[in-house]
Amino acid sequence: MEKAIQVKGLQKSYKQHHVLKGVDLEVEKGSIFALLGSNGAGKTTTVKILATLLKPDGGTAAVNGFDVTTSPENVRWSISLTGQFAAVDEILTGRENLIMIARLRHLKNPRHVADDLLKRFGLTGAADRKVSTYSGGMRRRLDIAMSLIGNPQLIFLDEPTTGLDPEARIGVWNVVQELADSGTTVFLTTQYLEEAEQLADQIAILHEGRIIVSGTFEELRKQFPPAKVEYIEKQPTLEEIFLAIIGKKEEK
Amino acid sequence: METTKNHFFSDMSVMLGRSMRHITRSMDTIITVCLTPIAMMLLFVYVFGGAIKVGTDNYVNYLLPGILLIAIATGISYTAYRLFMDMQRGIFERFNSMPIARSAALWGHVLTSLVANAISVAVIILVALVMGFRSTAGILSWLAVAGILALFTLALTWIAVIAGLSAKSVDGASAFSYPIIFLPFISSAFVPTESMPPVVRAFAENQPVTAIVDALRALLSGQQVGTNLWIALAWCVGIMLVAYIFAMRVYKKRV
Ligand SMILES: Nc1ncnc2c1ncn2[C@@H]1O[C@H](COP(=O)(O)OP(=O)(O)OP(=O)(O)O)[C@@H](O)[C@H]1O
Ligand SMILES: [Mg+2]
Repeated sequence: MEKAIQVKGLQKSYKQHHVLKGVDLEVEKGSIFALLGSNGAGKTTTVKILATLLKPDGGTAAVNGFDVTTSPENVRWSISLTGQFAAVDEILTGRENLIMIARLRHLKNPRHVADDLLKRFGLTGAADRKVSTYSGGMRRRLDIAMSLIGNPQLIFLDEPTTGLDPEARIGVWNVVQELADSGTTVFLTTQYLEEAEQLADQIAILHEGRIIVSGTFEELRKQFPPAKVEYIEKQPTLEEIFLAIIGKKEEK
Repeated sequence: METTKNHFFSDMSVMLGRSMRHITRSMDTIITVCLTPIAMMLLFVYVFGGAIKVGTDNYVNYLLPGILLIAIATGISYTAYRLFMDMQRGIFERFNSMPIARSAALWGHVLTSLVANAISVAVIILVALVMGFRSTAGILSWLAVAGILALFTLALTWIAVIAGLSAKSVDGASAFSYPIIFLPFISSAFVPTESMPPVVRAFAENQPVTAIVDALRALLSGQQVGTNLWIALAWCVGIMLVAYIFAMRVYKKRV
């Protein structure tokens, strides 16, 4: 299997603060990879290094076969980043944001691309409103839509579902699944085990600067004490209840 | 393989379009930029004007070049502000992770600054016309005036870029412009330098604003500009180049 990402011994410090102490990971082309970790574990730092926004202090990282420090430009041609905090232009409208990115990706028909994405993400009604009037969920959807423009081989999603309601979260999950089905590699970070369970082919947990476990969900489940497993299984049920109530309301 | 260099101009035009939209959607910043210089012009012409002897009967004519420079110095503090805010926002992170010519975003801001300042300069000239400003300058002289003002704007804009890129807070990003706004007061902008005490006069006569103001004034009143034009141009180009080199260095470090 070809590798979309290969990371070996990745190190990063902010002044005295040693955040990444030798991270090793590999992501296969066309798969969904979930990086899990608590607040401050270094997930965003890892993503930023892989997306060429930060320079690592040590170790190597290759994305789609290109080294992030020696050929960042080649890396940028093959990726797209949805950062942890929505990277949208508040003063422009949703449509203008999409057209802007399509033009920066030098696509033939920016307006057409924008219209398609607006429809796909349920933003057609709000397309010509300033983004500053959008709700958090709408902003996130626009943000992800902007990252899909130009069909990059690999998409980074840093906590794509944090702050979304269960329905919107499932919407994002569907998008991620569609991306993977069409051959795009997805590298996502999350704090929710259930999200990793739902989506990921491979899961890695980042803790105290290193990957402490990695594997498929089944492989991970075996390593966790039963109590935790029970907690994991409860989450979807709560969600199901919530969705059932919402669903009933809408039927009325 | 495609490279980002091939797309520099198209990328930059997208960036320019973006920040121009920012400006047209917050016209209040342009109005704010115009207000103080216009108020100053009113104050100097109708309050102090009677007491100031400059050797011409039309004080608005005398005053306008300095007022325009003050307006530009105020205007570029918004450039620093806009750049600073952009760097804080996620959108710059997105641009930086995309295959875009690295400095396209910066040039977008610089050109926007040029357009925004041109608008406020035009507004102030209109107000001055109402207040009695008259010029005998021909097309060529007006073009020269526009050229000097554009160079002055560019020079200050690159200083603003350094401030916007290296500031730690919003206030810091715009505070750098206060000394620049103050420079015209210690120049020939409001009163002839001959009326100043020797030390102040020495400073006033050798700082860039005096040369620029004198050149503009001569051009607008249809007189010979002489060496002032070249001194003014040298100052503008010199400041612009130095500021540009520093700004690019800061920018490379940031991204
Ligand atoms: N620019 C910075 N300067 C100094 N310290 C930083 C900087 N960015 C991150 N850190 C520190 O590095 C550590 C890892 O941060 P990072 O953002 O990568 O964590 P994270 O796993 O993404 O957390 P979260 O789940 O909260 O998003 C944190 O302790 C953070 O305080
Ligand atoms: Mg994070």
